[in-house]
Amino acid sequence: MSIDLRELYQELILDHSKRPRNSRALEGACCTASGHNPLCGDQITVYVREEGDRLAEVTYVASGCAISVASASMMSEALRGKTRAEAEALVEAFQKMVTSTGETVETPEGLEVFAGVREHPVRIKCAVLPWHALRAAMGSDGGVGSHVSTE
Amino acid sequence: MSLTDAVSAPWDVQAIRRDFPALHQEVHGQPLVYLDNAATAQRPRAVLEAMRSYYEEDNANVHRAIHTLSQRATDRFDRAREVARRFLNAASEREILFTKGCTEGINLVAQCYARVFLKEGDLILVSGMEHHSNIVPWQLAAEATGARIRPIPITDAGEIDRQAYRVLLEEGPKLVALVHVSNALGTVNPVRELVAEARAAGATTLIDGAQGAPHVKVDVQEIGADFYAVSGHKLYGPTGIGVLYGREELLERMPPYQGGGDMIRTVSFEGSTWNMLPNKFEAGTPNIAGAIGLAAAMEYVESVGYPAMQAQEQQLLERATAGLQTIRGVRIYGNAPHKTGVLSFTMDAAHPHDIGTILESEAVAIRAGHHCTQPLMARYGLSATARASLTFYNTEEEVDRFLLAVHKVNEVFGG
Repeated sequence: MSIDLRELYQELILDHSKRPRNSRALEGACCTASGHNPLCGDQITVYVREEGDRLAEVTYVASGCAISVASASMMSEALRGKTRAEAEALVEAFQKMVTSTGETVETPEGLEVFAGVREHPVRIKCAVLPWHALRAAMGSDGGVGSHVSTE
Repeated sequence: MSLTDAVSAPWDVQAIRRDFPALHQEVHGQPLVYLDNAATAQRPRAVLEAMRSYYEEDNANVHRAIHTLSQRATDRFDRAREVARRFLNAASEREILFTKGCTEGINLVAQCYARVFLKEGDLILVSGMEHHSNIVPWQLAAEATGARIRPIPITDAGEIDRQAYRVLLEEGPKLVALVHVSNALGTVNPVRELVAEARAAGATTLIDGAQGAPHVKVDVQEIGADFYAVSGHKLYGPTGIGVLYGREELLERMPPYQGGGDMIRTVSFEGSTWNMLPNKFEAGTPNIAGAIGLAAAMEYVESVGYPAMQAQEQQLLERATAGLQTIRGVRIYGNAPHKTGVLSFTMDAAHPHDIGTILESEAVAIRAGHHCTQPLMARYGLSATARASLTFYNTEEEVDRFLLAVHKVNEVFGG
Protein backbone atom coordinates (compact mmCIF):
# COMPACT_ATOMS: atom_id res chain seq x y z
CA MET A 1 0.00 0.00 0.00
CA SER A 2 1.28 3.46 -0.81
CA ILE A 3 2.14 5.67 2.16
CA ASP A 4 -0.73 7.93 1.23
CA LEU A 5 -3.27 5.12 1.37
CA ARG A 6 -1.86 3.70 4.58
CA GLU A 7 -2.47 7.10 6.15
CA LEU A 8 -6.11 7.00 5.08
CA TYR A 9 -6.95 3.37 5.73
CA GLN A 10 -5.19 2.82 9.05
CA GLU A 11 -5.77 -0.46 10.87
CA LEU A 12 -7.99 1.21 13.42
CA ILE A 13 -10.22 2.70 10.72
CA LEU A 14 -10.48 -0.61 8.88
CA ASP A 15 -11.29 -2.35 12.16
CA HIS A 16 -14.08 0.07 13.04
CA SER A 17 -15.49 -0.04 9.51
CA LYS A 18 -15.70 -3.83 9.61
CA ARG A 19 -16.89 -4.10 13.23
CA PRO A 20 -18.73 -0.84 13.90
CA ARG A 21 -19.36 -0.28 17.63
CA ASN A 22 -22.69 0.96 18.98
CA SER A 23 -24.32 0.45 15.59
CA ARG A 24 -28.04 0.25 16.34
CA ALA A 25 -31.18 2.35 16.66
CA LEU A 26 -31.71 3.59 20.21
CA GLU A 27 -34.97 3.17 22.08
CA GLY A 28 -35.71 6.20 24.21
CA ALA A 29 -33.30 8.50 22.43
CA CYS A 30 -33.80 12.13 23.34
CA CYS A 31 -32.61 13.38 20.03
CA THR A 32 -31.96 11.99 16.59
CA ALA A 33 -30.99 13.33 13.20
CA SER A 34 -30.20 11.92 9.80
CA GLY A 35 -27.36 12.80 7.50
CA HIS A 36 -26.99 12.07 3.83
CA ASN A 37 -24.28 12.52 1.28
CA PRO A 38 -26.24 12.55 -1.96
CA LEU A 39 -23.18 12.22 -4.18
CA CYS A 40 -21.99 8.86 -2.90
CA GLY A 41 -25.12 7.68 -1.15
CA ASP A 42 -23.75 7.57 2.40
CA GLN A 43 -26.59 7.67 4.91
CA ILE A 44 -26.63 7.84 8.67
CA THR A 45 -29.10 8.35 11.49
CA VAL A 46 -27.60 9.31 14.83
CA TYR A 47 -29.35 8.72 18.17
CA VAL A 48 -28.46 10.36 21.48
CA ARG A 49 -29.67 9.46 24.99
CA GLU A 50 -28.91 12.01 27.67
CA GLU A 51 -28.62 11.65 31.40
CA GLY A 52 -28.57 15.04 33.06
CA ASP A 53 -26.41 17.17 30.84
CA ARG A 54 -24.28 14.24 29.73
CA LEU A 55 -24.51 12.10 26.60
CA ALA A 56 -25.09 8.72 28.18
CA GLU A 57 -25.24 6.91 24.88
CA VAL A 58 -24.67 7.71 21.21
CA THR A 59 -25.67 5.16 18.57
CA TYR A 60 -26.30 5.24 14.83
CA VAL A 61 -27.54 3.30 11.86
CA ALA A 62 -25.22 3.91 8.94
CA SER A 63 -24.76 2.71 5.41
CA GLY A 64 -21.75 4.00 3.62
CA CYS A 65 -18.06 3.80 2.93
CA ALA A 66 -15.36 2.68 5.33
CA ILE A 67 -14.44 6.23 6.27
CA SER A 68 -17.97 7.31 7.18
CA VAL A 69 -18.80 4.12 9.08
CA ALA A 70 -15.52 4.15 11.03
CA SER A 71 -16.01 7.81 11.80
CA ALA A 72 -19.50 7.10 13.19
CA SER A 73 -18.22 4.17 15.22
CA MET A 74 -15.35 6.06 16.78
CA MET A 75 -17.53 9.10 17.35
CA SER A 76 -20.02 7.02 19.29
CA GLU A 77 -17.25 5.82 21.60
CA ALA A 78 -15.57 9.19 21.98
CA LEU A 79 -18.76 10.97 23.00
CA ARG A 80 -20.07 8.59 25.61
CA GLY A 81 -20.26 10.37 28.96
CA LYS A 82 -19.28 13.78 27.57
CA THR A 83 -21.21 16.91 28.50
CA ARG A 84 -22.94 18.80 25.72
CA ALA A 85 -20.25 21.47 25.82
CA GLU A 86 -17.47 18.86 25.62
CA ALA A 87 -19.27 17.16 22.75
CA GLU A 88 -19.62 20.45 20.86
CA ALA A 89 -15.90 21.09 21.35
CA LEU A 90 -15.02 17.63 20.07
CA VAL A 91 -17.17 18.09 16.96
CA GLU A 92 -15.34 21.36 16.36
CA ALA A 93 -11.91 19.80 16.89
CA PHE A 94 -12.67 16.85 14.61
CA GLN A 95 -13.92 19.11 11.85
CA LYS A 96 -10.82 21.27 12.17
CA MET A 97 -8.50 18.29 12.08
CA VAL A 98 -9.86 16.82 8.84
CA THR A 99 -10.24 20.11 6.99
CA SER A 100 -7.21 22.08 8.19
CA THR A 101 -4.49 22.77 5.67
CA GLY A 102 -2.14 24.29 8.26
CA GLU A 103 1.00 22.56 9.49
CA THR A 104 0.12 22.22 13.15
CA VAL A 105 -3.30 20.92 13.95
CA GLU A 106 -4.55 19.78 17.30
CA THR A 107 -5.74 16.23 16.96
CA PRO A 108 -8.48 15.19 19.34
CA GLU A 109 -7.32 12.29 21.48
CA GLY A 110 -8.24 8.89 20.15
CA LEU A 111 -9.33 10.29 16.80
CA GLU A 112 -5.89 11.08 15.37
CA VAL A 113 -6.27 8.31 12.78
CA PHE A 114 -8.61 10.54 10.80
CA ALA A 115 -5.95 13.18 10.22
CA GLY A 116 -4.99 11.35 7.00
CA VAL A 117 -8.36 12.24 5.46
CA ARG A 118 -6.99 15.76 4.93
CA GLU A 119 -4.92 14.45 2.04
CA HIS A 120 -8.06 13.16 0.27
CA PRO A 121 -10.32 16.19 -0.20
CA VAL A 122 -13.17 14.23 -1.76
CA ARG A 123 -13.31 11.98 1.31
CA ILE A 124 -13.55 14.74 3.92
CA LYS A 125 -17.31 14.85 3.65
CA CYS A 126 -17.44 11.12 4.37
CA ALA A 127 -15.55 11.61 7.64
CA VAL A 128 -17.58 14.59 8.85
CA LEU A 129 -21.03 13.25 7.93
CA PRO A 130 -21.69 11.49 11.28
CA TRP A 131 -20.46 14.51 13.21
CA HIS A 132 -22.74 16.86 11.27
CA ALA A 133 -25.66 14.54 11.98
CA LEU A 134 -24.73 14.47 15.67
CA ARG A 135 -24.61 18.24 15.84
CA ALA A 136 -28.04 18.41 14.17
CA ALA A 137 -29.38 15.89 16.67
CA MET A 138 -28.09 17.81 19.65
CA GLY A 139 -29.48 21.06 18.31
CA SER A 140 -32.82 19.64 17.43
CA ASP A 141 -34.47 19.70 20.89
CA GLY A 142 -35.57 16.16 20.49
CA GLY A 143 -37.07 17.12 17.14
CA VAL A 144 -37.78 14.34 14.71
CA GLY A 145 -36.67 14.31 11.10
CA SER A 146 -33.83 16.77 11.39
CA HIS A 147 -31.63 16.30 8.36
CA VAL A 148 -28.19 17.38 7.26
CA SER A 149 -26.30 16.93 4.06
CA THR A 150 -22.61 17.11 3.38
CA GLU A 151 -23.04 18.22 -0.21
CA MET B 1 0.89 8.46 -38.23
CA SER B 2 -1.92 10.75 -39.26
CA LEU B 3 -5.53 9.99 -38.69
CA THR B 4 -6.26 9.10 -42.29
CA ASP B 5 -3.49 6.50 -42.19
CA ALA B 6 -5.00 5.04 -39.04
CA VAL B 7 -8.28 4.42 -40.83
CA SER B 8 -6.89 2.26 -43.59
CA ALA B 9 -4.14 0.65 -41.50
CA PRO B 10 -4.79 -2.10 -38.95
CA TRP B 11 -6.00 -0.77 -35.61
CA ASP B 12 -3.15 1.05 -33.89
CA VAL B 13 -4.33 2.23 -30.53
CA GLN B 14 -1.10 4.08 -29.82
CA ALA B 15 -1.60 6.17 -32.95
CA ILE B 16 -5.14 6.95 -31.83
CA ARG B 17 -3.92 7.86 -28.35
CA ARG B 18 -1.48 10.38 -29.78
CA ASP B 19 -4.54 12.35 -30.92
CA PHE B 20 -5.62 12.80 -27.27
CA PRO B 21 -3.20 15.06 -25.35
CA ALA B 22 -4.86 14.61 -21.94
CA LEU B 23 -4.20 10.86 -21.92
CA HIS B 24 -0.45 11.41 -21.71
CA GLN B 25 0.21 12.38 -18.13
CA GLU B 26 1.20 10.92 -14.81
CA VAL B 27 -0.94 10.85 -11.68
CA HIS B 28 0.77 9.96 -8.40
CA GLY B 29 3.88 9.12 -10.38
CA GLN B 30 2.13 6.56 -12.61
CA PRO B 31 0.71 6.87 -16.12
CA LEU B 32 -2.93 7.92 -16.01
CA VAL B 33 -5.52 5.23 -16.78
CA TYR B 34 -8.64 7.15 -17.72
CA LEU B 35 -11.72 4.94 -17.34
CA ASP B 36 -14.32 7.62 -16.63
CA ASN B 37 -15.34 8.13 -20.23
CA ALA B 38 -19.06 7.85 -19.51
CA ALA B 39 -18.79 10.93 -17.28
CA THR B 40 -16.87 12.88 -19.87
CA ALA B 41 -14.56 11.75 -22.66
CA GLN B 42 -11.23 13.30 -23.58
CA ARG B 43 -10.97 15.47 -26.68
CA PRO B 44 -8.80 14.81 -29.72
CA ARG B 45 -6.39 17.51 -30.83
CA ALA B 46 -8.58 18.17 -33.89
CA VAL B 47 -11.31 19.52 -31.57
CA LEU B 48 -8.91 21.73 -29.64
CA GLU B 49 -7.35 22.98 -32.87
CA ALA B 50 -10.71 23.83 -34.44
CA MET B 51 -11.68 25.89 -31.39
CA ARG B 52 -8.28 27.55 -31.17
CA SER B 53 -8.31 28.60 -34.80
CA TYR B 54 -11.85 29.92 -34.48
CA TYR B 55 -10.93 32.12 -31.52
CA GLU B 56 -7.55 33.19 -32.89
CA GLU B 57 -8.55 33.81 -36.50
CA ASP B 58 -12.30 34.05 -37.04
CA ASN B 59 -13.88 35.21 -33.79
CA ALA B 60 -16.94 37.38 -34.42
CA ASN B 61 -20.66 37.18 -33.81
CA VAL B 62 -22.72 35.14 -36.24
CA HIS B 63 -25.70 36.08 -38.40
CA ARG B 64 -25.11 39.78 -37.70
CA ALA B 65 -22.50 41.89 -39.35
CA ILE B 66 -21.32 42.29 -42.90
CA HIS B 67 -17.64 42.28 -42.04
CA THR B 68 -15.23 39.53 -43.01
CA LEU B 69 -14.75 37.90 -39.61
CA SER B 70 -18.49 37.73 -39.00
CA GLN B 71 -18.92 36.05 -42.37
CA ARG B 72 -16.20 33.52 -41.57
CA ALA B 73 -17.64 32.81 -38.12
CA THR B 74 -21.11 32.41 -39.65
CA ASP B 75 -19.77 30.05 -42.31
CA ARG B 76 -18.02 27.88 -39.75
CA PHE B 77 -21.04 27.86 -37.42
CA ASP B 78 -23.43 26.97 -40.26
CA ARG B 79 -21.04 24.31 -41.47
CA ALA B 80 -21.02 22.82 -37.96
CA ARG B 81 -24.77 22.38 -38.22
CA GLU B 82 -24.42 20.66 -41.58
CA VAL B 83 -21.82 18.31 -40.08
CA ALA B 84 -24.18 17.50 -37.20
CA ARG B 85 -27.03 16.89 -39.64
CA ARG B 86 -24.91 14.49 -41.68
CA PHE B 87 -23.54 12.81 -38.53
CA LEU B 88 -27.05 12.05 -37.26
CA ASN B 89 -28.50 11.60 -40.77
CA ALA B 90 -31.29 14.10 -40.18
CA ALA B 91 -33.31 15.04 -43.26
CA SER B 92 -32.74 18.76 -42.84
CA GLU B 93 -30.61 21.28 -40.93
CA ARG B 94 -33.89 22.75 -39.71
CA GLU B 95 -34.15 19.68 -37.48
CA ILE B 96 -30.76 20.26 -35.82
CA LEU B 97 -30.85 22.55 -32.78
CA PHE B 98 -27.70 23.48 -30.89
CA THR B 99 -28.20 23.29 -27.14
CA LYS B 100 -25.87 23.55 -24.18
CA GLY B 101 -26.01 19.81 -23.75
CA CYS B 102 -28.13 16.70 -23.76
CA THR B 103 -29.89 17.80 -20.57
CA GLU B 104 -30.97 21.07 -22.13
CA GLY B 105 -32.24 19.23 -25.20
CA ILE B 106 -34.53 17.09 -23.04
CA ASN B 107 -35.65 20.11 -21.04
CA LEU B 108 -36.46 21.94 -24.26
CA VAL B 109 -38.78 19.12 -25.32
CA ALA B 110 -40.29 18.89 -21.83
CA GLN B 111 -41.02 22.63 -21.76
CA CYS B 112 -41.96 23.31 -25.39
CA TYR B 113 -43.65 20.03 -26.24
CA ALA B 114 -44.82 18.13 -23.14
CA ARG B 115 -45.82 21.18 -21.16
CA VAL B 116 -47.70 22.67 -24.10
CA PHE B 117 -49.40 19.64 -25.61
CA LEU B 118 -49.97 17.26 -22.67
CA LYS B 119 -53.09 17.46 -20.55
CA GLU B 120 -54.19 16.31 -17.13
CA GLY B 121 -54.12 12.54 -16.84
CA ASP B 122 -51.95 12.02 -19.92
CA LEU B 123 -49.33 9.31 -19.49
CA ILE B 124 -45.56 9.68 -19.92
CA LEU B 125 -43.45 6.51 -19.95
CA VAL B 126 -39.78 6.46 -19.02
CA SER B 127 -37.65 3.39 -18.41
CA GLY B 128 -36.31 2.28 -15.04
CA MET B 129 -32.74 2.85 -16.21
CA GLU B 130 -33.03 6.55 -17.04
CA HIS B 131 -30.54 9.17 -16.00
CA HIS B 132 -32.09 11.83 -13.77
CA SER B 133 -31.97 14.20 -16.73
CA ASN B 134 -34.53 12.02 -18.53
CA ILE B 135 -36.78 11.85 -15.47
CA VAL B 136 -36.82 15.22 -13.76
CA PRO B 137 -37.68 17.38 -16.83
CA TRP B 138 -40.79 15.22 -17.32
CA GLN B 139 -41.68 15.56 -13.65
CA LEU B 140 -41.59 19.34 -14.05
CA ALA B 141 -43.80 19.10 -17.13
CA ALA B 142 -46.13 16.67 -15.35
CA GLU B 143 -46.42 18.98 -12.38
CA ALA B 144 -47.46 21.83 -14.68
CA THR B 145 -49.92 19.82 -16.77
CA GLY B 146 -51.26 17.13 -14.45
CA ALA B 147 -49.78 14.40 -16.63
CA ARG B 148 -48.65 11.13 -15.00
CA ILE B 149 -45.28 9.36 -15.24
CA ARG B 150 -44.89 5.59 -15.14
CA PRO B 151 -41.58 3.72 -15.19
CA ILE B 152 -41.04 0.76 -17.51
CA PRO B 153 -39.55 -2.09 -15.42
CA ILE B 154 -36.15 -3.45 -16.28
CA THR B 155 -34.89 -7.01 -15.96
CA ASP B 156 -32.19 -8.39 -13.66
CA ALA B 157 -29.75 -8.37 -16.59
CA GLY B 158 -30.43 -4.67 -17.09
CA GLU B 159 -32.70 -4.64 -20.13
CA ILE B 160 -36.11 -3.07 -20.66
CA ASP B 161 -38.79 -5.64 -19.86
CA ARG B 162 -40.40 -5.83 -23.29
CA GLN B 163 -43.54 -7.61 -22.07
CA ALA B 164 -44.13 -5.00 -19.37
CA TYR B 165 -43.46 -2.28 -21.94
CA ARG B 166 -46.17 -3.64 -24.24
CA VAL B 167 -48.64 -3.75 -21.40
CA LEU B 168 -47.87 -0.13 -20.51
CA LEU B 169 -48.21 0.91 -24.15
CA GLU B 170 -51.77 -0.42 -24.11
CA GLU B 171 -52.60 2.42 -21.73
CA GLY B 172 -51.97 4.84 -24.60
CA PRO B 173 -49.07 6.98 -23.37
CA LYS B 174 -48.73 10.36 -25.04
CA LEU B 175 -44.96 10.42 -24.67
CA VAL B 176 -42.25 7.78 -24.32
CA ALA B 177 -38.74 8.90 -23.28
CA LEU B 178 -35.98 6.28 -23.32
CA VAL B 179 -32.24 6.15 -22.99
CA HIS B 180 -30.32 4.79 -25.97
CA VAL B 181 -27.34 3.49 -23.97
CA SER B 182 -27.50 3.26 -20.16
CA ASN B 183 -24.77 5.31 -18.48
CA ALA B 184 -24.85 3.10 -15.39
CA LEU B 185 -25.17 -0.37 -17.01
CA GLY B 186 -23.93 0.04 -20.58
CA THR B 187 -27.07 -1.61 -21.97
CA VAL B 188 -27.70 -0.69 -25.61
CA ASN B 189 -31.47 -0.51 -25.94
CA PRO B 190 -33.07 -1.64 -29.22
CA VAL B 191 -34.38 1.87 -29.75
CA ARG B 192 -35.59 1.34 -33.31
CA GLU B 193 -37.95 -1.43 -32.16
CA LEU B 194 -38.95 0.34 -28.96
CA VAL B 195 -39.74 3.55 -30.85
CA ALA B 196 -41.73 1.68 -33.50
CA GLU B 197 -43.89 0.12 -30.80
CA ALA B 198 -44.39 3.47 -29.08
CA ARG B 199 -45.33 5.18 -32.32
CA ALA B 200 -47.78 2.41 -33.15
CA ALA B 201 -49.38 3.12 -29.78
CA GLY B 202 -49.67 6.79 -30.73
CA ALA B 203 -46.90 8.17 -28.51
CA THR B 204 -44.42 10.92 -29.26
CA THR B 205 -40.91 9.63 -28.61
CA LEU B 206 -37.64 11.03 -27.30
CA ILE B 207 -34.33 9.21 -27.08
CA ASP B 208 -31.65 10.35 -24.62
CA GLY B 209 -28.54 9.80 -26.71
CA ALA B 210 -25.90 11.09 -24.27
CA GLN B 211 -24.16 7.70 -24.19
CA GLY B 212 -25.45 6.58 -27.58
CA ALA B 213 -23.57 8.67 -30.10
CA PRO B 214 -20.14 8.14 -28.44
CA HIS B 215 -20.40 4.38 -28.99
CA VAL B 216 -22.94 3.46 -31.68
CA LYS B 217 -23.85 4.92 -35.06
CA VAL B 218 -26.92 7.11 -34.71
CA ASP B 219 -29.24 7.43 -37.69
CA VAL B 220 -32.24 9.43 -36.50
CA GLN B 221 -34.31 8.51 -39.55
CA GLU B 222 -33.69 4.83 -39.02
CA ILE B 223 -34.39 5.04 -35.27
CA GLY B 224 -37.54 6.97 -36.07
CA ALA B 225 -37.86 8.91 -32.81
CA ASP B 226 -39.42 12.37 -32.82
CA PHE B 227 -36.55 13.75 -30.73
CA TYR B 228 -32.98 12.58 -30.15
CA ALA B 229 -30.73 14.48 -27.71
CA VAL B 230 -26.93 14.43 -28.00
CA SER B 231 -24.20 15.57 -25.61
CA GLY B 232 -21.04 17.15 -27.00
CA HIS B 233 -18.54 16.41 -24.23
CA LYS B 234 -19.32 12.70 -24.08
CA LEU B 235 -18.79 12.56 -27.85
CA TYR B 236 -15.15 13.72 -27.56
CA GLY B 237 -16.25 17.33 -28.09
CA PRO B 238 -16.35 20.41 -25.84
CA THR B 239 -18.51 20.92 -22.76
CA GLY B 240 -21.44 23.33 -22.95
CA ILE B 241 -22.66 22.17 -26.36
CA GLY B 242 -25.10 19.54 -27.53
CA VAL B 243 -27.53 18.85 -30.32
CA LEU B 244 -31.24 18.20 -30.21
CA TYR B 245 -32.67 16.54 -33.27
CA GLY B 246 -36.39 17.19 -33.63
CA ARG B 247 -38.84 16.16 -36.30
CA GLU B 248 -39.57 19.28 -38.33
CA GLU B 249 -43.35 19.14 -38.18
CA LEU B 250 -43.25 18.98 -34.37
CA LEU B 251 -40.65 21.74 -34.02
CA GLU B 252 -42.85 23.93 -36.25
CA ARG B 253 -45.82 23.45 -33.93
CA MET B 254 -43.83 24.07 -30.76
CA PRO B 255 -43.46 27.54 -29.21
CA PRO B 256 -39.95 28.99 -28.74
CA TYR B 257 -37.88 27.82 -25.76
CA GLN B 258 -36.36 31.17 -24.77
CA GLY B 259 -36.79 34.70 -26.06
CA GLY B 260 -33.99 36.94 -27.24
CA GLY B 261 -31.87 37.80 -30.22
CA ASP B 262 -31.59 35.49 -33.23
CA MET B 263 -34.85 33.68 -32.49
CA ILE B 264 -37.17 36.46 -33.75
CA ARG B 265 -38.22 37.70 -37.14
CA THR B 266 -39.79 41.00 -36.01
CA VAL B 267 -40.15 42.61 -32.61
CA SER B 268 -42.51 45.41 -31.63
CA PHE B 269 -44.16 46.30 -28.35
CA GLU B 270 -47.40 44.95 -29.78
CA GLY B 271 -45.83 41.54 -30.25
CA SER B 272 -43.10 39.59 -32.00
CA THR B 273 -42.88 36.93 -34.66
CA TRP B 274 -40.52 33.98 -34.61
CA ASN B 275 -37.61 33.19 -36.81
CA MET B 276 -37.58 30.05 -38.94
CA LEU B 277 -36.20 26.73 -37.76
CA PRO B 278 -33.75 26.12 -36.25
CA ASN B 279 -33.15 29.71 -35.08
CA LYS B 280 -36.55 29.83 -33.36
CA PHE B 281 -35.07 27.67 -30.62
CA GLU B 282 -31.66 29.34 -30.37
CA ALA B 283 -32.05 32.65 -28.56
CA GLY B 284 -28.95 34.75 -28.01
CA THR B 285 -25.43 34.46 -29.32
CA PRO B 286 -24.83 30.73 -29.62
CA ASN B 287 -21.86 28.72 -28.36
CA ILE B 288 -20.06 29.23 -31.67
CA ALA B 289 -16.73 27.73 -30.64
CA GLY B 290 -18.56 24.83 -29.01
CA ALA B 291 -20.50 24.04 -32.18
CA ILE B 292 -17.30 24.22 -34.24
CA GLY B 293 -15.53 21.97 -31.75
CA LEU B 294 -18.39 19.50 -31.70
CA ALA B 295 -18.41 19.32 -35.49
CA ALA B 296 -14.67 18.58 -35.37
CA ALA B 297 -15.37 15.79 -32.86
CA MET B 298 -18.05 14.31 -35.11
CA GLU B 299 -15.70 14.40 -38.08
CA TYR B 300 -13.02 12.75 -35.98
CA VAL B 301 -15.40 9.93 -35.03
CA GLU B 302 -16.42 9.54 -38.68
CA SER B 303 -12.79 9.30 -39.72
CA VAL B 304 -11.94 6.63 -37.14
CA GLY B 305 -15.22 4.86 -37.83
CA TYR B 306 -17.64 3.12 -35.49
CA PRO B 307 -16.76 -0.43 -36.56
CA ALA B 308 -13.11 0.02 -35.52
CA MET B 309 -14.05 1.91 -32.35
CA GLN B 310 -16.54 -0.77 -31.35
CA ALA B 311 -14.17 -3.63 -32.08
CA GLN B 312 -11.57 -2.14 -29.74
CA GLU B 313 -14.10 -1.31 -27.03
CA GLN B 314 -15.74 -4.75 -27.13
CA GLN B 315 -12.40 -6.49 -26.91
CA LEU B 316 -11.52 -4.44 -23.83
CA LEU B 317 -14.95 -5.04 -22.34
CA GLU B 318 -14.55 -8.79 -22.67
CA ARG B 319 -11.11 -8.70 -21.10
CA ALA B 320 -12.26 -6.51 -18.22
CA THR B 321 -15.43 -8.53 -17.60
CA ALA B 322 -13.58 -11.83 -17.59
CA GLY B 323 -10.94 -10.39 -15.26
CA LEU B 324 -13.45 -8.88 -12.83
CA GLN B 325 -15.38 -12.15 -12.65
CA THR B 326 -12.33 -13.87 -11.21
CA ILE B 327 -11.90 -11.35 -8.39
CA ARG B 328 -13.34 -12.39 -5.05
CA GLY B 329 -16.51 -10.61 -3.97
CA VAL B 330 -17.08 -8.68 -7.21
CA ARG B 331 -20.60 -8.40 -8.55
CA ILE B 332 -21.21 -6.82 -11.98
CA TYR B 333 -24.47 -4.97 -12.64
CA GLY B 334 -25.61 -4.76 -16.24
CA ASN B 335 -25.19 -8.01 -18.10
CA ALA B 336 -27.16 -7.34 -21.26
CA PRO B 337 -25.80 -9.21 -24.29
CA HIS B 338 -25.62 -5.92 -26.18
CA LYS B 339 -23.72 -3.38 -24.09
CA THR B 340 -21.00 -0.76 -24.35
CA GLY B 341 -17.78 -0.75 -22.31
CA VAL B 342 -19.37 0.04 -18.96
CA LEU B 343 -18.44 -2.07 -15.91
CA SER B 344 -20.67 -1.19 -12.99
CA PHE B 345 -19.74 -3.29 -9.98
CA THR B 346 -19.73 -3.70 -6.23
CA MET B 347 -17.38 -5.63 -3.96
CA ASP B 348 -18.15 -7.48 -0.75
CA ALA B 349 -15.05 -6.08 0.92
CA ALA B 350 -15.45 -2.40 0.20
CA HIS B 351 -17.93 0.36 -0.51
CA PRO B 352 -17.77 1.81 -4.05
CA HIS B 353 -16.35 5.06 -2.69
CA ASP B 354 -13.46 3.18 -1.06
CA ILE B 355 -12.92 1.25 -4.31
CA GLY B 356 -12.64 4.57 -6.09
CA THR B 357 -10.05 5.85 -3.64
CA ILE B 358 -7.89 2.72 -3.91
CA LEU B 359 -8.04 2.86 -7.71
CA GLU B 360 -7.21 6.56 -7.63
CA SER B 361 -4.06 5.77 -5.65
CA GLU B 362 -3.07 3.57 -8.61
CA ALA B 363 -3.85 6.41 -11.08
CA VAL B 364 -6.92 4.55 -12.36
CA ALA B 365 -9.76 7.06 -12.78
CA ILE B 366 -13.25 5.61 -12.34
CA ARG B 367 -16.52 6.91 -10.96
CA ALA B 368 -18.19 5.79 -7.74
CA GLY B 369 -21.73 6.78 -6.86
CA HIS B 370 -25.29 6.50 -8.07
CA HIS B 371 -24.41 7.85 -11.55
CA CYS B 372 -27.50 10.11 -11.49
CA THR B 373 -29.66 6.97 -11.72
CA GLN B 374 -31.09 6.65 -8.22
CA PRO B 375 -34.23 4.74 -9.32
CA LEU B 376 -31.99 2.23 -11.10
CA MET B 377 -29.79 1.84 -8.00
CA ALA B 378 -32.94 1.28 -5.94
CA ARG B 379 -34.05 -1.38 -8.46
CA TYR B 380 -30.93 -3.38 -7.56
CA GLY B 381 -31.08 -2.52 -3.86
CA LEU B 382 -27.93 -0.41 -4.06
CA SER B 383 -26.98 3.09 -3.08
CA ALA B 384 -23.93 3.19 -5.34
CA THR B 385 -21.65 1.22 -7.64
CA ALA B 386 -18.10 1.64 -8.84
CA ARG B 387 -18.10 2.23 -12.58
CA ALA B 388 -15.27 1.87 -15.06
CA SER B 389 -16.25 3.10 -18.52
CA LEU B 390 -14.06 2.17 -21.47
CA THR B 391 -13.78 3.64 -24.89
CA PHE B 392 -11.84 3.10 -28.09
CA TYR B 393 -8.64 4.84 -26.97
CA ASN B 394 -8.20 2.61 -23.95
CA THR B 395 -5.74 -0.28 -24.09
CA GLU B 396 -5.37 -3.85 -22.85
CA GLU B 397 -2.55 -2.68 -20.57
CA GLU B 398 -4.91 -0.16 -19.01
CA VAL B 399 -7.54 -2.84 -18.45
CA ASP B 400 -4.91 -4.99 -16.76
CA ARG B 401 -3.84 -2.13 -14.50
CA PHE B 402 -7.49 -1.57 -13.62
CA LEU B 403 -7.88 -5.25 -12.69
CA LEU B 404 -4.70 -5.19 -10.59
CA ALA B 405 -6.02 -2.16 -8.74
CA VAL B 406 -9.31 -3.95 -8.05
CA HIS B 407 -7.32 -6.88 -6.63
CA LYS B 408 -5.61 -4.38 -4.39
CA VAL B 409 -8.97 -3.35 -2.92
CA ASN B 410 -9.28 -6.88 -1.54
CA GLU B 411 -5.72 -6.70 -0.20
CA VAL B 412 -6.39 -3.43 1.64
CA PHE B 413 -9.79 -4.44 2.96
CA GLY B 414 -8.98 -8.06 3.59
CA GLY B 415 -11.72 -9.26 1.25
